[in-house]
Amino acid sequence: MDLAYTPEQQAFREEIRTWLAANVPAEPLKSFDTAEGFQQHREWEAKLNEGRWGMVTWPEALGGRGADLIQWLIFEEEYWRAGAPLRVNQNGIFLLGPTLMEYGTDEQKADILPKMANGTEVWAQGWSEPGAGSDMAAIRSKAELSDCGEYYIVNGQKTWSTRAVWADQCFGMFRTDPNSQRHHGLTFILVPLNLEGITVRPIPQLDGLPGFAEIFFDNVKVPVNRRLGGEGEGWKVAMATAGFERGLMLRSPARFQETARRLVNLYKENREAADRDPSVKEAVIRAYMDAEAYTLTTYQTACRLTQGGKIGPESSTNKIFWSELDQRMHETAMSILGARAELLPHAPAAQGVGNWLDGFLFAQSGPIYAGTNEIQRNIIAERMLGMPRK
Amino acid sequence: MDFTFNEDQLLFQEEVKKFLVNEVTPELIRELWESESGRSGALWSQLVELGLTGMTVPEAYGGLGMNEVDFVLLAQECGFVALPEPLVEQVLVAVPLINSLPEAFRAEWLPRIAAGEAKVLVGLEQNQLVADAHYADLLLLQQGNELHAVTPGQVKLIFNESVDPSRKLFAVEWTPSATTRIAEDAAELIEAALNRGALGAAAQALGLTQRMIELSVQYTADRQQFGVAIGTFQAVKHRMANVAVPLEYAKAVVHRAAHSVAIGHKNAAVHVSHAKIAACDASLTGAKNSIQVHGAMGYTWEVDLHIFMKKAWALNNTWGDSAFHKNRVASFVLGEADNAGAGRTFL
Ligand SMILES: Cc1cc2nc3c(=O)[nH]c(=O)nc-3n(C[C@H](O)[C@H](O)[C@H](O)COP(=O)(O)OP(=O)(O)OC[C@H]3O[C@@H](n4cnc5c(N)ncnc54)[C@H](O)[C@@H]3O)c2cc1C
Repeated sequence: MDLAYTPEQQAFREEIRTWLAANVPAEPLKSFDTAEGFQQHREWEAKLNEGRWGMVTWPEALGGRGADLIQWLIFEEEYWRAGAPLRVNQNGIFLLGPTLMEYGTDEQKADILPKMANGTEVWAQGWSEPGAGSDMAAIRSKAELSDCGEYYIVNGQKTWSTRAVWADQCFGMFRTDPNSQRHHGLTFILVPLNLEGITVRPIPQLDGLPGFAEIFFDNVKVPVNRRLGGEGEGWKVAMATAGFERGLMLRSPARFQETARRLVNLYKENREAADRDPSVKEAVIRAYMDAEAYTLTTYQTACRLTQGGKIGPESSTNKIFWSELDQRMHETAMSILGARAELLPHAPAAQGVGNWLDGFLFAQSGPIYAGTNEIQRNIIAERMLGMPRK
Repeated sequence: MDFTFNEDQLLFQEEVKKFLVNEVTPELIRELWESESGRSGALWSQLVELGLTGMTVPEAYGGLGMNEVDFVLLAQECGFVALPEPLVEQVLVAVPLINSLPEAFRAEWLPRIAAGEAKVLVGLEQNQLVADAHYADLLLLQQGNELHAVTPGQVKLIFNESVDPSRKLFAVEWTPSATTRIAEDAAELIEAALNRGALGAAAQALGLTQRMIELSVQYTADRQQFGVAIGTFQAVKHRMANVAVPLEYAKAVVHRAAHSVAIGHKNAAVHVSHAKIAACDASLTGAKNSIQVHGAMGYTWEVDLHIFMKKAWALNNTWGDSAFHKNRVASFVLGEADNAGAGRTFL
């Protein structure tokens, strides 16, 4: 055990720090859930890619840096410290990208990955359906192979698809075998969102902005070369994506450490008011401790994995830990802000409340998306602890 | 950056675990509850034979010269079996303390510890009572900022019964004098000893929590109600998941604290306090949820759960109670300096 960074790791940190200092926009970008903000974030992805900082974990041949998990953690620390923009193409870079590298044909990789990397194509994820939320295997949207065998004819509906309002592409699972049940007979298909027969209906989220959307498919013709993996193998391919999603990449510890830092500062600046509620101080130091615990645990796992270890069902604890931490931290900020907590940022009396309210609203979704925390607890009990299913 | 244990450390853990699980059974623990001293000389001799009691004694004095990182996984396993012998306290607290005292004192005691001929334990004012004082050949006792070394003949012990029948606590009456004094201005040594004690308690709390989970998972697989194993009920599953999560996120915190103590990190005290809070909290949740899924069985003396539950309750407030440790973290985080935020964890 040696908890010091190597000179190479330190140099890597310096390099990204310097680049970010020179390139992070001085003015925060508009929300990527607006047309203008989406475009700004797309341009930011292009800039990151120019500096080869967009996909640090991708292989060098694909425009990445072949960064290992420790370097990735360092990158994220610097990225969040610098207050750099959120990643509009998170779904592509961290979920679909690695899945494509594992299951894609050479042609698919050559066609899709570069455009994903430079922000030309932003990806949405289409798994959920009105009847298939936690029960993802209940997917009913169909894809039927055409008689000529050249394309799938897709019909059905996806929902809650993040970024889909302005995204260019969507990856999803569709039922190719009409007689199949549950997770059999599903196929992973990559659908350009500009195809005829597609209707995207924006859904406003709690903040009123259309952060996700419903996607309707009406006899949409998708070329067969847009199938990822074999027909009927969709579940297996999707689980690889879910593995990445549940794993380390979705939410890096740095994000929560920075929220904890801002919370500590908010407390220090409003100490007198905050201490009127005696539980606030404890909540603040807990936020710090839990963000550190998430970081330490992630580093320990990352070190184990880089030395050839495997990630097991204990990774299901990850989603619960960060999402509930995020909720608690924002609740604490609301307590400190007191009567001003409910004010929207542009309200005249909202001076100094920062973007805590936005964060508070978004924190409510953490325990829901990417597999609800109830589902995660089921997985922990059954697969990690070995409790009986039936 | 390497946050893993090496192969030797993992192998040693496996071996020691096997030994402890075989020897330190709930039956043995219950037998010792009935005995006068509550301790087993035979078991201690076995620990000596395995080299465990002298692990942290420097090689020059006949020990294995190992450090806190080498021992922390073993301390977890001591918790897993609720080991009654004061192994963790000697290895993690007494030996390093002796090792920072003058050479003559070291030369007198460390070889005897390494050879298994002497047991030395430490009594700090934070703990009020001294655990296993009846079992020690030498006690190192705090008196304000001083440390004193006293032998069994120099003390009067008054037994105080603990909720955990395995714990043997004593008020120690003695007369401090120039001849018993071994260190003046010893505040730093005393704090270091407290940190090591807290680290040992935290590591044991991890093992205790793991054991309570395993007992509960087994019990809920066997026990049937409404025609099915109660472990199939989601309310029962989620109770156990709610123990697994904090346990999973306390481990690395404890391991980092061990590393910080071993290298003398400038923030070792804060890291230890964090570890103590995280691990003990996990064990308290472990106790609460485990007794609940056991139903009335969990509320009995007969079922083994309470062996582990009671130790967890007791450890929570030893080597600094939760107020002490929370305040240490608070002064670090809420003070002048900017100590929170990304990229600062390993500074
Ligand atoms: C901000 C946000 C972004 C999202 N982005 C995407 C996206 O990009 N692509 C996409 O495909 N989906 C996305 N989702 C959808 C998300 O994956 C689903 O919301 C989630 O899987 C839960 O499904 P549901 O909403 O239908 O809830 P339901 O499944 O109806 O669950 C409702 C409640 O019942 C509980 N419940 C259900 N089943 C069980 C069970 N077996 N045991 C215990 N409790 C149970 C749940 O835990 C939950 O509390 C997003 C959701 C949110 C909030």
